[in-house]
Order: sequence, then C-alpha cells, then structure tokens
Amino acid sequence: MAVVEYTGISSLRGPLLVVEGVKGASYDELVEIVYSGKTRVGKVIMLEEGKAVVQVFEGTADLDLPDTKVRFLGKPLEIGLSSDMLGRVFDGLGRPRDGLGEIIAKEKRDINGSPMNPVARVYPRNFIQTGISAIDGMMTLIRGQKLPIFSGDGLPHNELAVQISRQATIKEGEFLVVFAAIGLRNTDAEYILNSFEETGAMKNIVAFLNLASDPVVERIATPRAALTTAEYFAFDLGYHVLVIMSDMTNYCEALREISNYRGEIPSRKGYPGYMYSDLATIYERAGIIKGKDGSVTQLPILTMPNDDITHPIPDLTGYITEGQIVLSRDLHMRGIYPPINVLSSLSRLMKDGIGKGYTREDHPHLSGQLFASYSRVQEVRALASIIGEEELTDVDKAYLKFGEDFERRFLSQGRDENRSIEETLDLAWDILRDLPEEELTRVSKEEIEKYMKKGKSE
Amino acid sequence: MSARIIKINGPVVVADNAESLKMNEMVKVGKNKLVGEVIGLDHGKATIQVYEETSGLKIYEEVEGTGRLLSVILGPGMIGNIYDGIQRPLSELEKVGGAFIPRGVEAFPLPKDAKWQVTFLKDVGDEVNEGEIYAEVQERGIVHKLMVPIGVSGKIAKKSDKEEFTIDDTLYVLEDGTKLGMYQIWPVRIPRPSIKKLPSKIPLITGQRVLDTFFPISKGGTAAIPGGFGTGKTILQHQLAKWADADIIVYIGCGERGNEMTEVLTEFPELMDPKTGKPLMDRTILIANTSNMPVSAREASIYTGITIAEYFRDMGYSVAIMADSTSRWAEALRELSGRLEEIPAEEGYPAYLSSRIAEFYERAGRVETLSGEEGSVTVIGAVSPPGGDFSEPVTTHTKRYVKCFWALDKSLAYSRHYPAINWNTSYSGYVEDLKDWYSENVNEKWYEYRGRAMELLAEDGKLQEIIKIMGEDVLPDMQKLVVGIARVIKVGLLQQNAYSEVDSFCPLDKQFEMLKIVVDFYDRARKFVEMNAALSEILKGSIISKLMRMKEDYKTAEDLKELEKEIEEHFKELEKVYKE
Repeated sequence: MAVVEYTGISSLRGPLLVVEGVKGASYDELVEIVYSGKTRVGKVIMLEEGKAVVQVFEGTADLDLPDTKVRFLGKPLEIGLSSDMLGRVFDGLGRPRDGLGEIIAKEKRDINGSPMNPVARVYPRNFIQTGISAIDGMMTLIRGQKLPIFSGDGLPHNELAVQISRQATIKEGEFLVVFAAIGLRNTDAEYILNSFEETGAMKNIVAFLNLASDPVVERIATPRAALTTAEYFAFDLGYHVLVIMSDMTNYCEALREISNYRGEIPSRKGYPGYMYSDLATIYERAGIIKGKDGSVTQLPILTMPNDDITHPIPDLTGYITEGQIVLSRDLHMRGIYPPINVLSSLSRLMKDGIGKGYTREDHPHLSGQLFASYSRVQEVRALASIIGEEELTDVDKAYLKFGEDFERRFLSQGRDENRSIEETLDLAWDILRDLPEEELTRVSKEEIEKYMKKGKSE
Repeated sequence: MSARIIKINGPVVVADNAESLKMNEMVKVGKNKLVGEVIGLDHGKATIQVYEETSGLKIYEEVEGTGRLLSVILGPGMIGNIYDGIQRPLSELEKVGGAFIPRGVEAFPLPKDAKWQVTFLKDVGDEVNEGEIYAEVQERGIVHKLMVPIGVSGKIAKKSDKEEFTIDDTLYVLEDGTKLGMYQIWPVRIPRPSIKKLPSKIPLITGQRVLDTFFPISKGGTAAIPGGFGTGKTILQHQLAKWADADIIVYIGCGERGNEMTEVLTEFPELMDPKTGKPLMDRTILIANTSNMPVSAREASIYTGITIAEYFRDMGYSVAIMADSTSRWAEALRELSGRLEEIPAEEGYPAYLSSRIAEFYERAGRVETLSGEEGSVTVIGAVSPPGGDFSEPVTTHTKRYVKCFWALDKSLAYSRHYPAINWNTSYSGYVEDLKDWYSENVNEKWYEYRGRAMELLAEDGKLQEIIKIMGEDVLPDMQKLVVGIARVIKVGLLQQNAYSEVDSFCPLDKQFEMLKIVVDFYDRARKFVEMNAALSEILKGSIISKLMRMKEDYKTAEDLKELEKEIEEHFKELEKVYKE
C-alpha cells in the first residue's frame, strides 16, 4: 500500500498532534512524523471524519504547523525480534541504543500483544528459588507469576531486583532477564546494567532503556516493547524469562500526562479512569502457555508516592498482580537488608507451589506460623512502648525476642548471600524456638517433633 | 445505504446513516465484523460500544445490524463451559486463534456436534404455554429442562421421531408453525420473568463457619464481599463456588486475573461436590473476562452471567452466582461513560451507577417460575474498593442493595486470619429469616448460641481496646476469661483453612457442635472463676489447644462428642479441687 503523506497539521498540544484531511487512516496505527529531515514516531489515538489525533512518542518539541509532514504507515507500532537481541541495549521503542548496529529481525510483532486466552494458560506452580529467605520462605515467587516490589524513594529496590535476578535459579531450562527501565535516573540504570555486567550475566539480558531525560510519551511503549520481546523468547524460543520493569510509577505518570492533554475526565488523583485496564494489559502478559516450554515471570518495581500503599498506582497494581513484596522504610532505617515488610507482602500463587513435592512438606504450615507470630510481635511491641518491657508477661517477652531474631537473623542477609530453601526453612524453625511450644498453633505436633526438636539435639 | 463509521475513540465508535439500527441492537463493526452494541441513537447517528479491540478500524468502514438485541443463547452444553463476556466459548476461540484471543471470530456458544438424548414430555395435540417445560435432556450432573420461550404458546402439531438430537434440531412444531428446538435466545439486559418472588427462608449452606454460623445468606439472597487487595476476596469466592449447596454455580471472573480462571479450570474438574459426589465442574459455568480483555465486554459479562443463572432458575434449580469483581464492572461503566463524554457524578462514575447496581442485585431472588417450580438465584458480588476504603461509591451503593455484608479486613489478612471477615463490621440481614430453618434442621438452640458467641466477640472487642493500652494483666479474671474464650472463637471457629483437607468444608451439624462446645465451656468456666479458681487451671493449655484445633482433629460432629467428654473430665477435676 502506498504511504500517503499529509501536511495539514492543525494543532499541536503537549504530545498530541491533530491532522486534517486524512483519509483511510486506521485506529491505533503507527505514524511517522517528518520535520527538518528528522523523523519521529507516533500512533493514532482518535479518528473522526477527515481528522486524526496522533500521540507523538518523542514529544512535539520543535515541530511546527506548516512544514511538518505526517505519514500513516498502515500498521501498529511493531518491534523487530531475533535471538541476536541477547546482550543488547535498546531504547524505549526498541531501537538499538548501544551503538552496535541494527538487529536483523526474524519477525516483527505489534508491541501491544493480545490477551492470553485463559483456556490456553497453564496454572503456574513451579517455585523459583531467589535465595532470599523472606521471599522464598514467606512470599514464594512462582514461575509465570507477576509479583511487584512496592518500594519508596531511596529504598534498595534496585539492589533487591538485581540480587533476585542474579540468584534466581530454576531447576531446568534456559534463563533470561529482560530489563525495562522506565523513566529511570541514569545512575540507577547504570547501577543495574553494571551489576549484570560484573557478574557476567549481561549475555543473558535484553535491556530497554527509557531514562528520566528521555521523552515521557515513550514510556507508554517501553514496557510493551520489553514484554513483546519476553514473549518471543519465552513462547517462540523456550526461555524462562524474568521481566524487571522499573519504575512503573513513571509509567503511570506518563499515562496521566497524556490523559490530561487529551482532556479526559480524571478519576482518583487525576489518573485516568482506564488506568486499571491499561496496567492490566501490561501485567497480564505474565504466564505460561500450554504446549510451550518457556514462561514469562514479571517483577515490576514501583515507588509508592509518599510511601502510601493506598495511592492509586500501588493500589491498582495490587489488584492485578499476584501479590506484592512491600519494602519498609522503618526496617531500612534500622539497617536491615532486604527491608521487606512481610506482613503486608503476599504471594498469591505460593499456596500451590510449596510443600511436599515442591519445596518441603513443612513449608505451608511453617510460613503460616511465621506470619501469625510476627504479627503478634507487632501487638506486643505496641504494648511495650506504652507500659514498658518490664511489665510484659513472659510469653510477650518471648515474642519480643522472637521479633528481634526474625528481623536480624531471618530477614537480614547479605547482598551476595544466597540461601537455599532448606537453609531458609531450618533457620525459620530455629528462631521459632524463642517461643513456648503452646504458641505454635499453626504447625502440627509431628512437624515440631521432626524439624524443631531434631535440629536442637544436633 | 448502510451505516458507516465516522468516529473512533477506543472502544466507542460513532456511525452515521444509522436510521435502521435499534437501541441495544447487536451490530458487526468494520470489515473484521467486530461485535458491538448500540448504546445511543441521535439524529441518524448511532453510538456503538465495541466488545473487541478496535485497533486497525477505519473511518467509513461499514456497520451491520443483526436485528437482535445483545443476547445469550440458552440450551444444553453450557455446563462446564467457559465463556468470554459476550458468551463466546473460549475453547472454540483457542481452536481458531491459538493461545491469544483473536478478533472478529464468531463462535456458537453451544457445542454443535454434541448428541443429546431427549425425554419428550408432551405429545401432539397438547397445549403448551410460555415457560412450560416440554422436554428434558441429561446434561452432566443435572437434568436440563427445555422451556417454551416467552411469548410462545399453542397446540403441538408435530413431534420429532429422532432418537438423538443435536443443538439445531427441532423437537416440536406448533400449529402456527413455531418450532420448539433445543435452545432459546434471551436479551441479557432484560430480567427473565417469573410468577412471583418468594420469601427467603432457606439458607445457602457454604460450609464456611463464619458465614453459615455467624452471617448466613439465604437462597435467593444477595451478599457483597468488599475488601482491599490481598484480603482474600477471590479465595472466598472460590470457596463458595466449591462448597455452596446450589445446583448450579455461575462464576463470573469480571476484569480479574487470567491465572485465577485457569486455577478454577484446573482445580474444579478434580474436586468433588460434597452433596452429589460428582466433579464440581459438572455444575459450574465460567465466564472469564480477564482484566486485559476488552473493557466493554467486561461491562456485558455481568449481564451474560445473570441471564444464564435466571435460565437455570426457571428450570426450578437453585443457582448461585459469584461476580468477581463488581468494582471492575463499575469501572468499565465509568470508562465507557468517559468516552461518551457524559457528565460524571462521584469520582468520575456516571450518575446511573447506583441504579445499575440496583438492577443487577434485584435480579436475585427465590421465585415461583412460570412452570410452577421453585427456583432461586443467589448473588454474591465481590467489591474491590480503592485503597480498601469502604466509603467509595461502588461499596456504598452496593451496601444499599445487598442484605449480607461480609467485610474483609486488611489487618486480619495480614496476620493470616482467613477468611478475613471482620466480625464487627459484617452483618447479615437474613439471620431472623433463617432462624426457623436452623432450629428445625440444625438445632433449636442455634439462634441462642449464635447470639451468645456474637456477644462474647463484641465484649472482647471492647476489652481489646483496654489491652492495647494497659496490657491483659490488668483485667479482672472474669474479663480475662472472655478474652480467652473469644480467642478460641476467633482461632478455633472463625478461622478456616481453605486448603485443609478436613476443614475446607465444615458441615452444619459440626459447626453447631463446635459452637456449642465453646459457649458451654465458657458458661462452666464462669462458675469456677466465681469460685476464685486459678484462670490458668480453668483455661488449661492442653484443653485450650484442643479447642483451637478441634476443627482439624475431629472430623465430624459425632467425633466431637469425645472432646465433650474430655471437657467434662477437665471440669470434674477442677470441681474436686475447688469444691470443699
């Protein structure tokens, strides 16, 4: 089909551009904008008779009304895919950014993907060992899951993400990380890429970088380009892909900005009413498909504005994802790494991926016991801060000791410390010894005999 | 000249030359024939909501009317099936499009090649009226009754003499030429008629103690489960879908996770219905419109689900419908309303939000059907309030139209108290209605014991405030006893592990027995406190931990008699010591 070029731009507003006299354009189509010999890309976001509204990914700065030309390309925004992408760095739209030249694409795909048919999915139940006790023991990550990290500014979420992706071991199959930096500061992106390079992991990573200084609108495309790549590696080439997307808060800010330019009626805090559906089209692209070898596991990172978990971004995310890992400023201040607030964290797929045949038979009850006991610790601490530790009953004092051990010994670990699931579970039994046996209502007598008492006599 | 597109804005499309289209008519949009519905007509222009992704659609592409309202096709073959929001069978879509959902695919909702054995109930010369049952088909676990469509009646002129039938076959022909076949069509937005509503007197038994014993729901009742993320809405909905003693379950995954639907699909065929011993899938119909599927089909999914439920109700069955989550449906309304540039009311939601919620829940009820049977539709809707804030519009409006409110609590969920139903903020408006049923069928003291336990929990609530400030030690023994027993109620009765083999479903007689044991224990313990017996003796660790674990350690109500004996012993021992 011949590509028609239009010059009739009638208005420019923020990242949006309106072209008049358009014929034959289609909704969601890719658009090329040509100005002073340079090109930018955009997509059609609204069509009326003879008129198209185009969202320009690299922003509209420097464009003018009379001389800018617009071409409708007759296809959606696509990304070229090939196994040569391993070890390479791309921009937010999937163009090489590392100066190593173009990729020869084996295939081109619409970055928006299509919804996965629930009938074609395989229910995820294979445990990924991250080597981090809090995660493996209490919010186990499962292959094919989407488990975000809810963090705050200045908390070590990037360190944690790097540690997880370095240590994540899967029993069989090839493992690959797709990293999408969305509006990330240069230093953060550098840190992450360097950490991978140092450990030699870079050959098993594909990176998409949209940095804080890059165009805001491009952030809408970045996670989608990354996920299209992840799907290609997982479902066409059979890799187990872990997708790290940081920071989804920047993505949502970009969404709000564009919505505002479009003059849409906002819902909570100015975010568009369709933010839930929009985020779902990203997060739901995790999973396993029947008859395919690979899997897509997502580890999105978002910073909660003002550490507020009820803010629309973490809130809507939590409703879509299969759990969340919440970082706590309080633990961080006390020097505990990783500062995971286990009580508000959760892995929804954990129940079917742990226990006999998956991790160890005592795991389900044991994690339930840790949650219950540590939650009691919070109550005891609140009480102790009012009446003083001296006034506490002996049982309550035992809980205080347990709380301390839980945080210092179980939660805390080194940035290179990689604990096996057995080590994690044995450690958990060890700290539960702080408590009188009557308090252990979630674990069975047999489990206490087998795992707690046995350990003691050794 | 046929209607053609003149504007495209996401899932909303405007067409001109649309004089021939009707309001709420189903249309085919563009050359890919995407499914849509007319939602507004104005001076020859039609506003259409498209149920599929509109990418690639062009101005001036055609819009074709189908002549019928957005409808579902009702007949044998629905049970055990999984549909999208507009009743397209997902397994058929998989055959066409593979792992990802294709667009513009038409798929008949009922299996075309299945063969059915039909039992004829009428003969040539018989008079039939609308709603009357004229034939029966054995479909999986149930007898699927074929009913005369609404608006049809007459004398039977011809009867088919075939042995086996497929879905397109005709069974009878009436004198006026009307054919009675294997299926009928019904528009989703219109409630199916019945003779009258009946009072709610029978409970829907769920096997969940916190519901059956404390906040029961009746067959034909309505309930909302509000809760922030991670409070266990979906697990509770799954538990209800598994164990509720309804004949048919319609489970609507409305804007939720894909993996959750897959979980139901993998798990339900393996699980047995405790009542019939057949696989749960034999009574379940799934509607999956996951969060990443088109938003307008999400809006329709709720209506598709409830219409299917009403159809089975009309056969005389008790149907329970789980909608997870109605908030996603309300958000779909909001999104579409925004695209239509309507003036918003609260938080961007359209002003008709409240009336739409009311319409939906009002389709619940126990009724006398047109064929004179008794059927019911129970509606249980999950609500996902943003930030767990129950004062937001969807929760507040829902609260006005449901009689049961099962409030999920974040702090309970954080301490892994599941189901995380808060006993202080939840309520059931059916307790009085169901009192007689419980005293006839469970125990005449059910109402009294339930009241006593609720009272203990309320008193404990007050005492917990004091404990938070001063510690438990300052309380007098009588109050410490209350706190101790309340803890037994919370851990031993209210908590129920969905993944426990013994306790996932708890029969009513066992529920009552457990309740009785705890309340009786309290009454007897009081006497000893009055005698100044040491509390640590009365609430002896070994006995208390038995009470806490009785749900797991004793399988049936009968087994619990043993525990009662042990308690008897325990108090006798005490008596020896303190009665001199």
